[in-house]
Order: sequence, then C-alpha cells, then structure tokens
Amino acid sequence: MDDLLSEFLTETSENLGTLDLELVKLEQDPNAPDLIDNIFRLVHTIKGTCGFLGLPRLEAVAHSAENVLGKVRDHELVVTPVAVSLILGSLDRIKELLAALEATEAEPEGDDGDLIAQLDAMALGADVPGNVKLPEEPEEKAVERQLKAGEATEEELERAFRETEIEATEAVTIPSPAPVAAPPKIETEPPAEKPAESSVASQSIRVSVDVLENLMTMVSELVLTRNQLMQMVRGHADSEFKVPLQRLSHVTTELQEGVMKTRMQPIGNAWAKLPRIVRDLSLELKKKIDLQMLGADTELDRQVLELIKDPLTHMVRNSADHGLETLEERIAAGKMGTGKIVLNAYHEGGHIIIKIRDDGRGINVEKLRAKMLSSGVASEAEIGEMTEQQIQMQIFAAGFSTADKVTAVSGRGVGMDVVRTNIEKIGGTIELESQWGKGSTFTIKIPLTLAIVSALIVESCGDRFAIPQLSVVELVRASKESEHRIEMIKDTPVLRLRNRLLPLVYLGECLKLADASKLELTEGAEVFVVVSQVGSYAFGIVVDRVFDTEEIVVKPVTPLLREIPMFSGNTILGDGSVIMILDPNGIAATTSDTKVGERTDGDDERAHAVAGSDTTTMLIFRAGSDEPKAVPLSLVARLEEIDVDTVEHANGQNLVQYRGKLMPLVKMDDSYTLRESGRQPILVFADGDRSMGLVVDEIIDIVEPCLDIELMANQPGYLGSAVIEGKATNVIDVGHYLSDAFSDWFTSHDEAAFGEDDARSLLLVDDSPFFRNMLTPLLEVAGYKVTIATNGDEALALREAGVSFDCIVSDIEMPGMNGFELAEQLKSDSRWQATPIVALSSHVNPKDLERGRNVGFSDYVGKFDRDALLLTLTQTLAEKVEVA
Amino acid sequence: MSAQNSNRKNGPSLQAADDQLNRALSEEFVTAVIDGQLFGVPVLSVQDVLGPQSLANIPLAPPEVAGSLNLRGRIVTAIDLRKRLGMEHADREKSMSIVVDHHGELYSLLIDEVGEVLQVPVQDYERNPPTLDPRWRDVSQGIYRLDGRLLVILQVQRLLDIIKVAAAA
Repeated sequence: MDDLLSEFLTETSENLGTLDLELVKLEQDPNAPDLIDNIFRLVHTIKGTCGFLGLPRLEAVAHSAENVLGKVRDHELVVTPVAVSLILGSLDRIKELLAALEATEAEPEGDDGDLIAQLDAMALGADVPGNVKLPEEPEEKAVERQLKAGEATEEELERAFRETEIEATEAVTIPSPAPVAAPPKIETEPPAEKPAESSVASQSIRVSVDVLENLMTMVSELVLTRNQLMQMVRGHADSEFKVPLQRLSHVTTELQEGVMKTRMQPIGNAWAKLPRIVRDLSLELKKKIDLQMLGADTELDRQVLELIKDPLTHMVRNSADHGLETLEERIAAGKMGTGKIVLNAYHEGGHIIIKIRDDGRGINVEKLRAKMLSSGVASEAEIGEMTEQQIQMQIFAAGFSTADKVTAVSGRGVGMDVVRTNIEKIGGTIELESQWGKGSTFTIKIPLTLAIVSALIVESCGDRFAIPQLSVVELVRASKESEHRIEMIKDTPVLRLRNRLLPLVYLGECLKLADASKLELTEGAEVFVVVSQVGSYAFGIVVDRVFDTEEIVVKPVTPLLREIPMFSGNTILGDGSVIMILDPNGIAATTSDTKVGERTDGDDERAHAVAGSDTTTMLIFRAGSDEPKAVPLSLVARLEEIDVDTVEHANGQNLVQYRGKLMPLVKMDDSYTLRESGRQPILVFADGDRSMGLVVDEIIDIVEPCLDIELMANQPGYLGSAVIEGKATNVIDVGHYLSDAFSDWFTSHDEAAFGEDDARSLLLVDDSPFFRNMLTPLLEVAGYKVTIATNGDEALALREAGVSFDCIVSDIEMPGMNGFELAEQLKSDSRWQATPIVALSSHVNPKDLERGRNVGFSDYVGKFDRDALLLTLTQTLAEKVEVA
Repeated sequence: MSAQNSNRKNGPSLQAADDQLNRALSEEFVTAVIDGQLFGVPVLSVQDVLGPQSLANIPLAPPEVAGSLNLRGRIVTAIDLRKRLGMEHADREKSMSIVVDHHGELYSLLIDEVGEVLQVPVQDYERNPPTLDPRWRDVSQGIYRLDGRLLVILQVQRLLDIIKVAAAA
C-alpha cells in the first residue's frame, strides 16, 4: 500500500477515535469553546487530507460536517443531540469509507447525497426532524457507538472479541470492570459487516515519547554506572571482571546509540508528502509550482518532528494557495510563470531553522489593516501605531484569514494560529518577512530541546559549560606571548585573527562569575577563544580551559531559569555532573548590538573556509627545527596538549593515556626530545580505534594553500615541500609516523621512485577518509593521477560513465559492497576486465590472499605498507604493459 | 475544645470510629527543620529525601536557586529555603533536601534536617496569622498546632512562583 495512504489511514483512525470522545463531551458541555475548536480542527484536517489524496466521497462528507461545526463554532447553531448524532453519523460513514479504502485501496462506489443533504440543511439552520434516521445505519447501532465513544478500553475489548470469534462467548463471561456494550449483538454480527481493527495500524508500533524518554534516562544511568565500574577496574590490571565488563561496555554503547537513534529522524520524513500535496494543489488551483527542499537530512528529535509536521504542511499549503499568484497574474507582474516555494532546514547556533520562502504576491498590509478594522481586532489608532511587521504578524491570530472567499483548501482561519501554537508549544518561534509583490519568508526557529548534540566542554572561573559544536567555528589559544594576543580598545577586548578583528566576550564576565578587572591576563597565563558564528556575526568567547567534545543529551532548563538567555538547556555529563549548555545566540544578543540576521551565502562560504572543511587546508606547525612544517588539516583528528608528567615509557616508546586508551607519542626525529616539564602540544591522528600523537613544539596556524608539492623530499617522513604563505614548508608524511608508532605496520624501506612524466591514472576505492587523504598525496607525488571513489557503487558508477583507469586500488573492508564483491563485479564485465586491481587491507592472511586471487585481484598489500604499495603498483603496471 | 475530643471521653466503643474519622480528616506531611522551625510538605508531592549533595553552580540564576544536581539521570534544581524564607545563610553543602515534583520538574528544597512523616488532624489547622512575615505568608498554606510546636505548611507552587530571574544581562 502507498505509504501516504497507510499513514493517512492510521492517522485518521486515531483522529476519529478522538472525535467520538470529544463530540460526546461537547454534547454534555455545549459551551466549551476549546472543545468545539478542537473538533473543528480535527474534521478540517480530515477533510483537507482527503482532498489531497483525491478521495471525493470522504471529502464531501467531511466538508459538509465541517460546515455544520463551523456554524456551531460561530454560535449560529446550538448544540443539540440531533446535531451531534448527525455529526457522529457522518463520522461513521467516514469510518465505513475508510474500511473499504483500506481493503481495496480505492474509495467504494456510492452516493452520500442523503447524508450531505441533511448536514447542509442543518448548516442552513433548517429544522431537521427529531428522529434522524441515519442512512444505512440502524438506530441501535448509533446508540452503541455513542456508548463506546466514552470507553476506549471497552472498544478494544470488543475488537478483541470480534477478532477471536470462537472464544467470544467465554470472553464475555469473564467479569470485566466496565460493562461491555451489547455483547450478544456483536456475536450475532458477521465479522465482515463490522470491520476489525485497522490492520494497517498494527503494522507499525507507535511508542509514546515518554517511553523513549524513560529509556533514555535509564540508558544514561547505565552509562554512568558503566563508567564507574570501568574506573574501578582500571586500577587492577588482571581483574577477572575485565572481559565481562568490556562486553558490558560494548553493549551499553550500542544500546545508547540505539535508543538515541530511535529518537532522531531527518526532517525529510516530515516533508515526504509535500511534493504530492503541492502537485495536487497546483492542479486544483491551476498554478505552476516548483517546490524545492533543501537540507532534508537535517536531523530532528522525533518529538519535535511530530509537532512541526502539521504546521509545515499547513504553511506550504498556505504558500501555494495564498502566497503564489495564478499563472496569468504572475506573467502580468513580469515574473516567471512557475512559482517557487523553497523549504530550507539547517542547524544554526544550536537551533534548527526552517525557512519557507515563496516568490508570490507577499502580504498586502493595506488589506490586512482593513480586515483588522472590519473584524474589530484593533482600532484605527492602534493600527496606526503598529509597524508593518506587527501587522503582518496578525495573520497568526486565531480566526483570521485574508482570503476573500472560503475555499476547500484554506481560508477558514484555522491554520496559522495552529501553526504558531504548535511551534510555541515546543519553545520555538516563528517570524514572517514579507514584501508586497515579492513574496514571503517564514522562519521557524526551534531550540534543540531534547535533541542530542555534540558539544565542546569548556571551563570558566571553575565552572564547566557545554557549547554546541555546531556553533563553534574554531579554537584559538591566546596568551601575552603568543602571536594571538588579546588587545583592548578602551574596555573592549578584541583578537586579531587572520587580518580581521574579532570581538571577544569573556564568558566569566558575561555570566557574572568574575569581574572584568580580574580577567586581565598575567604573564605566562593563557586563555582559549572559542570562535562562534551566529548568523553572519562572528565573535569569540573567552574561556579558561577547553576540555573534550562530548555527545550530550540536551534537557530543557527548569522554568525558573528560562528567562536567562545565555543557556539553551542543561545536561548530565559522562561523569554524572550537571552542566549548563551555552546558547551562543543568547550570548551574542546580550553582549552586542549586532542584529543577528539571516546568513547570506557569502557568509556561508566564509564560515566553511574558516571551519576548514576543505581538504586542502593545511595545519602549519613547528617541530624540531625552525622551519615550518605542514600537514593536511583533514588528517588531524584533534589538537591536544598533554602534561609531560603523564607521559609513560614502555618498550622504547613514549605513551600517554588518552580517552581511556594508551596512545603512542611519535617524535619528528630521534634527536628531538620532549619538554622537561609543563605541557606539550601534540597532533592527534586517529583512524577507527587507533590513534597516535605527533609531538610538536608549536602549532602556528591553519592556512589554505593549494596542495602543490614541489619536490619529493629525500628525507623519510616528508612528502615534499610546498610554498605556503611565502615560506618553504615541509609537508610531512603521516603514513611514515603512523608506521613509527606501530612498528609492525611498517616493513621495508626500499626506494620506489617513479618517473613523474609517466602519469598513470589510478582509481582509489576506500571508505575511510583518513586513508584516502593519506594515500592520495602519496600516490600523486609518486606520479599517479588519482581518482577517488568512497565505495564500490561509486566505482561502478565511474565505469558506467565510461571512465577508464590503468589500475584500481581497492580497500577490502568497506560497508555495503566489500572489496571482494567489487572485484567480482568488475571482472564480470568486459569494460574493466583487463584493469589490474590491487587490494588494500589491514589484515593480510593466506586465506584472504587465496580468495583475493580467486576473485581477480592482481596483488594484495597491507594498508600501511606504502612502499610495498608503490612497488606493487609499478610491477603490476609493468606486467600490464608487457601483456598489452 | 472540639467535638471530637469530647467524644473520646464517651468511652472506648467510639474509639474505632473516631480513628477512622481522624484518618479521613487528617493530612500527612513530611516534616523538616530549618533553624529550629518545623515545616511540612504534603507527603504526596515528595519524591525523595536526600542527604548532603554537591551542587553544580548555575550562573545568573536567582539567589534562591542554589544549583542543580543529578538524581538518577534527572536534573534537579535545588532551592535554598533559608534564602527563600529570608533566614540566615547556612552551608549549602551540608544541607539535606526534600525532592518534590512540580509539573513534571524536580526541585530539591534545601533544609537543615528531615523530620518524621506526621499525620495531623485537619481540625488543628489554623490560617496564617496576619502578622506573619510577608515572605513566609507568601509561601505558607497555614499552620498546624502540634504538641508544643507549630508546623508551617509550605506550598511548593508558591515557593517556586515568586522566584524570578533578577537580571539576565
């Protein structure tokens, strides 16, 4: 069954259940305004969805029912049992239609003219005879329905009876707390007449978020206990608990990931049905609409997602109906015939921003003013004082509609107020920017309440805080002596960063933990500047220390603290302590006058450049000698400073405990020594479980040259040298140091020089960015033209594109299609059949070698054996030439 | 003297009925002592009673908010009752606390010492004397006359309501 349809069935059955209940309540308390509003909205939703799914019968019934309810809402009709019965009758009809729909996936043939006529007559205020004879529905049945509506458990019981016909008689005799409504009747009824519980509904399990939340809490607790245990066992080297504990730890981590995963969903899930809706709308409204959706993979907490789903649908529908003009109007206004609706979702400063932009007619402020006057929302004087923005925000008021006429699509004034209520319910905000004639942009901002984020843990004045990693652009260390010095303009601290002045905010001062006067840096002391980006505004938050990054579960702060703009939530760290999560938006807003505006594309690019996501970005450092050295930043996992006292020696290696593991420290060359005392900066390289620290003297800068290595250095450990910022800089070969750290990864040291003029094309297939980044420069320096594929499918796609290579180097262990499967596929097709394939693997054993040769690998090389790789490649290519 | 006390003198036959009546007409409170004064919190709103805990500081928080702590994976906001009631400052690190649930949020009320759970007859209830310190009157639901001491009943809602973030900039 169509996903859309099954979702509609599940959702509508739920809504109908609620409606039954609410209607009965309404009958008892006809003056409750909340009730009628809720009922009206539910019916409106059902009608709306039916319309988009192309279910005319359902839509017609719901539309008429909604008309009656609308009159009730506007106090034009009084709630009478007759009216309620009639509405319930139409709900029953909807249920029948739904059941048929579920069985056949199509609306059954038939006519609802009688029911609709009654509803319409009631809507017009005509007297409906007291004893309504509900068509096709015996009177008693209707009564039974009403009884059921109040008693959900009873309804389930009945369903259970119906599904298990044989046991039904016995089941009835079991004393149940609630009287079962007319059990004999149920038994006599053939099951076909009354459809059993929707089978679609039972295909997926709906788990309440509370249950998940509870699970999450338990898992957090489990993680804490696990950490404690690990801490205890660490002290005893040969504890018998070690192995089981490791297993426990592993399972705990997986459990945690699993539970977290159940809560996160890409926003694209909420958008899935929009294209269909827009398509149908464009047909119905005779408009041409182009719907663009950007950032569909932005992950959102499930609960948040559920809550914004409907508002988003509403808003897109509104944009299509009210926002965009008709084809003729657009052409007359000199616009493209096709109207555009753009949805864009992204994370910013710890919030999720969703923008809905259309290039339609925008909001007519004059018309709104007139409407406000005529509907008595505000007096002329009040309107005179309002800004345009304030008037535009009026569209979010309840019962307010700018549409001239009520259409099936929208214009009843349900909608924007619901949208706003739903968004505010989850602590979000919605803003509107509109220009008459140009279009409107709605900006929804949702805090990441409940979401799980990666955060940087910092310390200021003895307290720790978390800063969402998303808003951290980079970290700069500043001291009196270093190149990065905090300078003052009157009392305003600034930092020179790559030829720009960066305004600074002292976290301690901003949180009133210390006086500004005490923050003056003493000689030798150093602080860290967390460079943050909020919209287009970049600023630095000065903190005393920077710890690790940690995955944190954001919990909302207690209502007592919600007014403090600096915090977006709080969390419990792995060690059990409670810390506050900083909101860079709030800090920026309270410490500057800068209007935190929309980010422009240019800013985007800059932010990216600064963040160093580009692979050619180089980290410049000094180690051993005075000349600067460089390494591709993308290879560096982390920059750390270790206390020299914590360095341990074993087996001729320097080791340091890092993230619960021993990490080898590697020096640039043997003559180089560690510092006597104090702290030593290191570059951490990591791949999977392994990591190594390269000892350096000083980290200088991050620059963006193009990787243009000029010579092959004749010194081991260097790839060559490049001119970076006007200086000759040696580019180090991380592979060399990796093999230094893990001596077993490195075997021979034969020269394997290649003529550079002899450029051969090579395809490198590897899922690990680390190895791709490491091998690419190595192979390029050796004279190969390297093309990269991150998995087997990409490699096959290149084949389909008609590209050919002299040789293929492929990893064995890859997710999805592994190296063996890839080789099989390649050898089974004539195009690349002759191309030699060299396998790369971290585990070389005879069995693998055998299998490799069988599927067609020309050779097999250990992953870190770069020289063997180069040698193998020359040999393989030479053989190929001979064969040719 | 109330009607029930005079009943009691009528003989043991009425004792059982009397007890039942007493239970129906009484309320249970977890009691706590701050600076010698006995306070009561309705027993149903109490989630936990804790010994001294280390609290995480919350910058910019109202002075009455002493910090936060981790109670089995949930974040609990600690309220310094001495501060809230305008009493002399005491060492927060040594305070015991009563954890209450308020609209799904947990708050720990810092007190000097936790007392027993008392069942007090409704008839011993007394409104706040109008001369009571306004800070106490704000948060007290009323007073119970006990043997030799007075029990001040705290309203959790009011305790939290009045606390405002003073200046957040």
